[in-house]
Amino acid sequence: MLAKRIIPCLDIKDGKTVKGINFLGLKDVGDPVELGRKYAEEGADELVYLDISATNEGRKTFAELVTRIAENINIPFTVGGGLSSLEDAGVLLRAGADKVTVNSAAVRRPELIDEIAAKYGNQFVVVAIDAKQIDGRWVVTTNGGKKPSERELFTWAREAQERGAGEILFTSMDHDGTKNGYPCETFARLADLLSIPVIASGGAGSVQDIADVLTRGRADAALAASIFHYGEIPIPVLKRELHKMNINVRL
Amino acid sequence: MIAVIDYDTGNLRSVENALRRLGGEFVVTDNPAVIRSADHVLLPGVGEASSAMAKLRERGLAEVIPTLTQPVLGICIGMQLMCRRSEEGDAECLGIFGADVLKLPGGEALKVPHMGWDTVKWDGAPEGVSARPSPLFNGLESGAYLYYVHSYAPTLCGDTVAVTSYGVPFSAVLQRDYFFGTQFHPEKSGAMGERILKNFLEL
Repeated sequence: MLAKRIIPCLDIKDGKTVKGINFLGLKDVGDPVELGRKYAEEGADELVYLDISATNEGRKTFAELVTRIAENINIPFTVGGGLSSLEDAGVLLRAGADKVTVNSAAVRRPELIDEIAAKYGNQFVVVAIDAKQIDGRWVVTTNGGKKPSERELFTWAREAQERGAGEILFTSMDHDGTKNGYPCETFARLADLLSIPVIASGGAGSVQDIADVLTRGRADAALAASIFHYGEIPIPVLKRELHKMNINVRL
Repeated sequence: MIAVIDYDTGNLRSVENALRRLGGEFVVTDNPAVIRSADHVLLPGVGEASSAMAKLRERGLAEVIPTLTQPVLGICIGMQLMCRRSEEGDAECLGIFGADVLKLPGGEALKVPHMGWDTVKWDGAPEGVSARPSPLFNGLESGAYLYYVHSYAPTLCGDTVAVTSYGVPFSAVLQRDYFFGTQFHPEKSGAMGERILKNFLEL
């Protein structure tokens, strides 16, 4: 049976992990490759690396880093952050990334999804959507949640799928960082609407939160950062607990 | 020396990286002489079956591959091309394995592509397939999780040595003489995948 996936997300700035502490036995917790390898050994099903460098120099460092990740990590990994063109996607593919995420750039120019999917395949494009509720409506935002767009979550997710997205990575900006759990009804509605996998991101504070979004929210995967980086819920503990709750995970 | 067959169907980097991690010496080549003289041959591949077959034929490799006598491993599309035919682009394939490649049916809660970690079983003659212990599984237990990304899959046949079910049971691993194929991606399947590649390279 296809397993629900657990995906740690690593934020990278100028080639170093931004969060990421409290790991015994790691030579360099700032090294994205070492941290990724540690997660892979612990049972992470995939990894996501997001570049949050604001400078061109930082972006160049990131592409070099992707090459090193591909050489050293033996599970699939996705990279993203600021990706804005087909050329950017090509650079990351050739560096060895299994998938890329597109976010703000696709909101501004949705054809980017079609272009990447046509050239590199649907499985290569993950469309990340950041949205928040404004007057009861889920509004898609850009620039890390700062800028509301004209788009609405459900129609945009559907459009992204039709344009060739292989997966949707949805973050509720109302829940991100709160550790109060995910908006499960919203995730369930996305699952109803879409025929591609949905990855839940933003809001996990406990094993129960993740269990809820994978069952009630019918998400295919859960992505989290701080609960793993700060060692609050180690991946092996999380997976064993999910398994006890009869959720199908790879042990 | 391992020959990784390059027939211009996309990214071979993850296979190359996996071989490097295992310390295997390899060449990426479409040269029939180099392929014939290799100790092991890998046929990777991403992309679409009929165009991939056309590229094998253009390079004269469609005649070479079925006549190889050293261990040959096809991965994902590579394995599909070693079957009789594929529904994808209605392609006639190499005919090494007795399976046909069909589109996954999908359905309610069964999204296509089948993507992620799924269980591969070889114990207990699943679904009427005669279970034969494959050397690829040395050190592994039936039911291991391996990583898949595919929309088409080979049917069950006399060469099936492991099965995964996704709506329908399909051949997860095929084996005939020294020809092997995996529908999953061992190069992306963590420690289990590395073990399968290592088992292959030790043949």
